Amino acid sequence: MLNQYETVFIATPVLSEAQIKEAVGKFKDLINSGDCELIHEEHWGLKKLAYPIQKKSTGFYHLFEFKADPAFIGKLETEYRRDERIIRFITLKLDKNAVEYSAKRRIKLSAKAQKEE
Amino acid sequence: MTSSNSSEIRYLTPPSVEIKKKKYCRFKKNGIKYVDYKDPEFLKKFLTEQGKILPRRLTGTSLKYQRKVSQAVKRARMIALLPYVTDLLK
Repeated sequence: MLNQYETVFIATPVLSEAQIKEAVGKFKDLINSGDCELIHEEHWGLKKLAYPIQKKSTGFYHLFEFKADPAFIGKLETEYRRDERIIRFITLKLDKNAVEYSAKRRIKLSAKAQKEE
Repeated sequence: MTSSNSSEIRYLTPPSVEIKKKKYCRFKKNGIKYVDYKDPEFLKKFLTEQGKILPRRLTGTSLKYQRKVSQAVKRARMIALLPYVTDLLK
């Protein structure tokens, strides 16, 4: 029973580019290794937080959209909690309206990216 | 109300009776089914200057979508896309 999920996480701003890539890569591998398929990922980069988290005022945002088995989500979340580079995360299951919306959003984003090129 | 006694009182500038703008649920009208928590600019329309969620009698939203908006705002607050309290949101 594959459900579609999306997770947004915030990584500490003190990390260098390579460290960010490594942290993101670790979760990407985790997702790809399980019985899941990664649908989409977005790196929003360094953004200002609306309120300080762990005394920091900015953070690296990253978004993953993927299909997975429900049992996998528990493992993924414990990995988020264990990793010290991640200061906040939210994992959501997408219902059918949300799935439709995320597909439309991806199309819009890719069209915008193509226009900018 | 129907018979105008304009002969009795003459105004230099007649008082303007404002036509009430009909409030409607923008989600029902435009067929939007999902409120995205990742879009703070859209969600700010439903917040006061202090970042509090506006009651639906002011925004005109229907109950179903007001609950979705509220849930989206709370999620956005969790991941620091929107503040919990502030003074200068708009």
